[in-house]
Order: sequence, then structure tokens, then C-alpha cells
Amino acid sequence: MTMLAIVNARLVRCNAEPQIGAVLIQDGVITDVGAINPPSECETIDAGAKLLAPGIIDIGVFATDRAAFHFGGITRAALMPDGPPVLDDPGLIERSAKAGKPDLWIHPLAAATQGLAGHELAEIGLMQQAGARAVSTGRAGISDAGVMARLLAYAGGLGLTTIVHSEDEGLTRGAVATDGEMAMRLGLPAAPACAEAMAVARDLALVEITGAPIHFRQITTTAAFNLIRDAKAEGLPVTCGITPAHLLLSDIALGEWRTFARLSPPLRQESDRQAALAALADGTIDVLASGHDPRGPEDKRLPFADAAPGMAGAGTLLTLGLGLVRDGTISMARLFTLLAGNPAKLLGVNAGALNVGREADLILIDPDTPWQIDAQAMSARAGNTPFDGLPVQGRAIGVWKGGTRVA
Amino acid sequence: MTSSDASAASRYPMGSAAFPHRHLLGLAGLQPWEIAFLLDEAERWVEVGRNVLAKKSDALSGLTLINAFFENSTRTLLSFEIAGKRLGADVVNMAVARSSVKKGETLIDTAVTLNAMRADAIVIRHQSSGAVALIADKVDCPVLNAGDGWHEHPTQGLLDALTIRRRKGHIDGLKIAICGDICHSRVARSNMIGLATMGAEVRVAGPATLVPLEVESYSAQRFTRIEDAIDGADVVMMLRLQNERMAGGYIPSAREFHALYGLNAERLALAKPDALVMHPGPMNRGVEIDSAIADDPLRSAITEQVEMGVAVRMACLDVLTRARRGVEGWA
Repeated sequence: MTMLAIVNARLVRCNAEPQIGAVLIQDGVITDVGAINPPSECETIDAGAKLLAPGIIDIGVFATDRAAFHFGGITRAALMPDGPPVLDDPGLIERSAKAGKPDLWIHPLAAATQGLAGHELAEIGLMQQAGARAVSTGRAGISDAGVMARLLAYAGGLGLTTIVHSEDEGLTRGAVATDGEMAMRLGLPAAPACAEAMAVARDLALVEITGAPIHFRQITTTAAFNLIRDAKAEGLPVTCGITPAHLLLSDIALGEWRTFARLSPPLRQESDRQAALAALADGTIDVLASGHDPRGPEDKRLPFADAAPGMAGAGTLLTLGLGLVRDGTISMARLFTLLAGNPAKLLGVNAGALNVGREADLILIDPDTPWQIDAQAMSARAGNTPFDGLPVQGRAIGVWKGGTRVA
Repeated sequence: MTSSDASAASRYPMGSAAFPHRHLLGLAGLQPWEIAFLLDEAERWVEVGRNVLAKKSDALSGLTLINAFFENSTRTLLSFEIAGKRLGADVVNMAVARSSVKKGETLIDTAVTLNAMRADAIVIRHQSSGAVALIADKVDCPVLNAGDGWHEHPTQGLLDALTIRRRKGHIDGLKIAICGDICHSRVARSNMIGLATMGAEVRVAGPATLVPLEVESYSAQRFTRIEDAIDGADVVMMLRLQNERMAGGYIPSAREFHALYGLNAERLALAKPDALVMHPGPMNRGVEIDSAIADDPLRSAITEQVEMGVAVRMACLDVLTRARRGVEGWA
């Protein structure tokens, strides 16, 4: 039996300000936590009053990027099914799930439809048996409402949450930005922001008739937040997520055709960004995720409309989240509900909180270390961050996966 | 030239301060006196161009001008080629068919290649907005935007401004209607910016599917009835309706567009009696403009626009290469 105690740490736990205490770990599981005295024979680490928090569970990454995840304090990541190859087969799910072990756990999301083409259901049940813990429509939504209704019902019947991308395809086809002065001045094809609320409204109607749980992976507009807020009030099984980029940047960041700011959904106008901050504060948003999608120059050193969407976000998720705490938008406890607690619930994994019986996926954080985000020097596979050059504070200084130190 | 324009022209500073830009990527961000300076410079090239005996200058003698066109063009390419040759430059045209250019590093590679060939100025047209700025970032010589996606076509904006100024004597205070497909038009964007900068009252009109609400951020008035925009106008500028817009996506048909938005004698009668008719070409006769109007020498400035195009491009090439040629006050 291996035993480890991390003492003199400020513990980040639900609904409370961080308090000094200790965590006792046996065989990779938390066996005691709080104001405890660890047994004298066990190995002890003095955290020096730094923050000890649950490891981040990042919902919806596009690459298994170990270095970036460890730098960013991410111990588990739900891998999007877009591939290549598309994760629409039990064998592929099984293989992806093994890719990170033992020091990083990848939870591959089952492709909702065969080849993610949006027509025929993929073998969701067999993929569940192979280890998939949720279903995803991938980068795109499903445009056919009939397919979507059957998908929700089928996945819901298996106890799986369906994770969706919310943009009405008829409005967004060919668009690379959100409608507004910025897109007009840059001469970019743009789609109205209501494309998001339209997709959300349709899916909420389908959730109402199927009762199946849904997670809107990235919600970024005022109208869509209002719909989700109302649906939650009605008791529908609805959650939603967002990335730091959509909370901290508006479409102004597209200036000079910066392709690192080409995202899907696109960066919105300032009023929508303000609505996102409000939705984060009032609890409408459940999950904060990186959307990690490392893209090299061959995808990004292009004219804006020709560049691929996506950002490398894993290495900056934690520090940008700490910024939201410092700004007073959310509390430290709520930050880790967004980063770990709720994602664990969504995936049904026994982690995401400093509670007895949970897996000891832990990160030690120095919330004050100043550093600068540098696209040229990222630990990720590529440096396509829209936050290049931003001075930030706070980073992970220790990472444990199942009680074993991995970074 | 009116007194107000003369004073505007005399307001620009001496030497390189009159146009302190390395490239010409768009008219956005240019000061009114910088545009006035380029137009004044172009005036003298108009005279050179009209000289039957000697159209040539040796201003750019020994310099290499590369026209890199990633998108098909006939008149703009020809216009830049003639402009370069009249200035005495060695002009090389690189027509890159879209199909042969793989997206990806190729665009940057092309830029680096052109740069390695020690071009003294590069003119670029590309189908993607921002592509010219991307290339300009990678090369050591001045870059002129000959049209990038829907973004801008600055020399077209300048030649239109020059045509209007020569015909009307001034630009400020004129009511200028820009009509047709605004949404997908780089010409519309450069003209909205350039003409508003020079003090004109810009109106834009067309079917609502082709006139974005955001034109108001350019201080342009938006109309969906072309008659309202033309009413009392000094200049009526028609834009080319691209073939791919005619197929039912944005407008039901070319026939309906002509019936509702085409410029005919009846609609032109709403404008001022001496209103000028313009079109960047090539025209779809019988779609956005009736032949009788396009060919009316008293009203139509369409061929004059083409002539001004050469002069404006000569002016831009001359001004942007002054630093490397060591022209006094510019080096």
C-alpha cells in the first residue's frame, strides 16, 4: 500500500473559500481530506500554503497533447471524435482511451453519426461498452432535426449525454466570422449570431420531448444563454460550456486578419461577451473548457478565411480561469466546479473534487506566479493562441494523476 | 479644382510626410490629405498619358515591378502593366491560376520567392480578404493591393475619386449613390471609405440581401430602393453583379434585378441633371445598367475611369518607390 500526504495546502473545495488543510492518498484514491493529521509513516509533501485543487477535466479537446495538458494542470480530457480517424467505431474508442495512460486519462467521445456525416447513427452502444462516456456531434452540428431527435433519444436511453455544436448550418455555411462591423471591414463572410440560438432552440425542443440530457459544448451569444437559462429553470437536463476566448475576447481580436482568433463558433461582438461573463457568474454556464486544437502554420499562416478554425488552449485554460477569479467574476470554488466538478459529473467519472473516495487527480497551483503567454514557446504541439503576448498570473506547479506525480 | 480642394491639397506636408506608408493595402486609415496627395500626383500622369509623342517617364527606370495575380483579371492587370511600363519599370506579370495554387504555405512561399527575386514593388490580387496584407508582411518592398477578396481595391477607389474630382471639381459635399451588390464588393468598400474620407455624402442601395446593415459604420446611408439613393445624386455608381449571385441565392434572377435595381433613363432622371454615371467594369449591359446610359458621353464617365486608372496606378507606383529610389525628401 502506497500512502502520500500533501499537507499545508489551501484546499479548493465546493462552496467554500480555500482553507489550509491536507489530503491523504492511499493507492491512488483520496482517503481523507481537510484538517487532518496524516499518519507519521507516510510520505509527506509540504505544499507551502499553495492551492491544491482537483485536476482539470477538459471537455472537448481535439488532440491528445500530453505536454500541454500537464503544463495546464489537466489530468483528464474528453477527446472530440473528429479525428482523423473519426471515432465512430468501438475499436477506435478503445485505442484512444489508452493513448494517455497512465499519467493522463483520455475519455474519447463517441461520434454521434457514422463518419460524423450527420445521417446514420453510429454504434453508440458498442462504443459505450468500449469506454465512451458521452456522445458528440463533433465540430459541426446535425442539421437534420429528425436525425437529432433519434440521436438524443437513443443516447439518452443508454444514459449518455449528447454533446453538441450549436450553429444553424443554413446560416453559417461559408461564414468565418460573426456578423458585424469587424467582419464587414475585414471583408469576411459572416453569419448572424442568432444562428447559435436557432440551433439551441431546436435542440431544447427535442430535449423536451425525449427527456435526454444534452450539453451545449460552446455557447457564446446572449440569445442562446437566455434560452438555456429558461430551460434550466424548467428543469430540463441541460448544461453548457464555454472557452476563455469567448469570455475574454470579442471580434475586435480578428483585426489584421489574425488567424489565431479564427474560432468555431467565431468570436462574438462585445455585448455577447458581456452576456457570457454574466452567464458564467449566474450559473448558467456549467463547464469551462480549453477547446484545445493545436494547429501548425500550414493551417494558420493563411488568409483568414482559408485558415482552419481552432486554438491551442490547454496551456492557458487554468491561468485565464484564475484571472476570472482575480477579476471577481467567479469564486475559486466555482472555477473548479466549472473546470473539474461539473465535467466529472457529465462524464460520470469518479474524480473532479477533493472528496474522500475520489481518484487522487490533483494539481498544486501557485496562483501568483507572473508569466507571459508566448505563441513561440508553448508546451502545446502548436502555438496558435489568440492570447499571444498576454501577461498572466498563476500556473500549475505540481500534477498528480491517481496519486502519482506526473508533472 | 475648387478653392476648398485646392486648400486641402496645399495642406499636405512636404516630402515623405505627405504619404508616410510603405504599402497601399487599402484606403481605410488614410487621411484626407494623403488621398488628395495621391490624386494630385495622378493628375500629372494623366497629362503624360495623353501626350501622343511621348507617354513615357524614366522615373522607375531599372526597377522591377511584379504583378502577381492569384485571381483572374484583365483590365486591372493591364492597367498596372501599362502604368509600370510608362514609368520605365521592368514589368513582369505572374498570373497564377487558382487551381494551380495549393492553399497552404504556397502563398507565403510565393511571397518569399518574389522577395528573393528583389522585386522593387509587387502588385497583388487575391481572392481572399487579407491575403495581400499577409504577403506584405513577408516582403521588403512596397506592396500594392489590386483587390483582395471582399476587403478593398484601393486603386479603384482612388481612380473613382479622381474621375469624380476632375468632372465635378471637388468631392466634398457631393451626394454619391453606390448601387448593386455591396456585400461582396471590395470596390464598394474602398469607395465608401475613400469618398466619405474626402467629405462626400455616400448612399448605398441594392437588394437587402446584398446591402449589409453595417454599411452605416462607414457613415453611408443605406437604401433598399435604388430610386431613394439616386434621388438628387451628383454621382451614380453602379457595381458589377457577379454571375454567381444571379442564380437565385441572393436575388431571384438577373431579369428581376434589372427590373428593380438596374439603372435606366427613368431612374437616372431622379438624379441631378448633370449627374455622373460610373461603373468599375466589366459591365453586364442590360442587367445593372442600360446600354444607352453607359454609352452616353455626356453622362457616362466609364471610359474615363479606365484612363484615370492608369494615372492613379502610376502615381501610387511612383510615390511608394520614392524611398528606395532615393528621391529627395523621401529617402
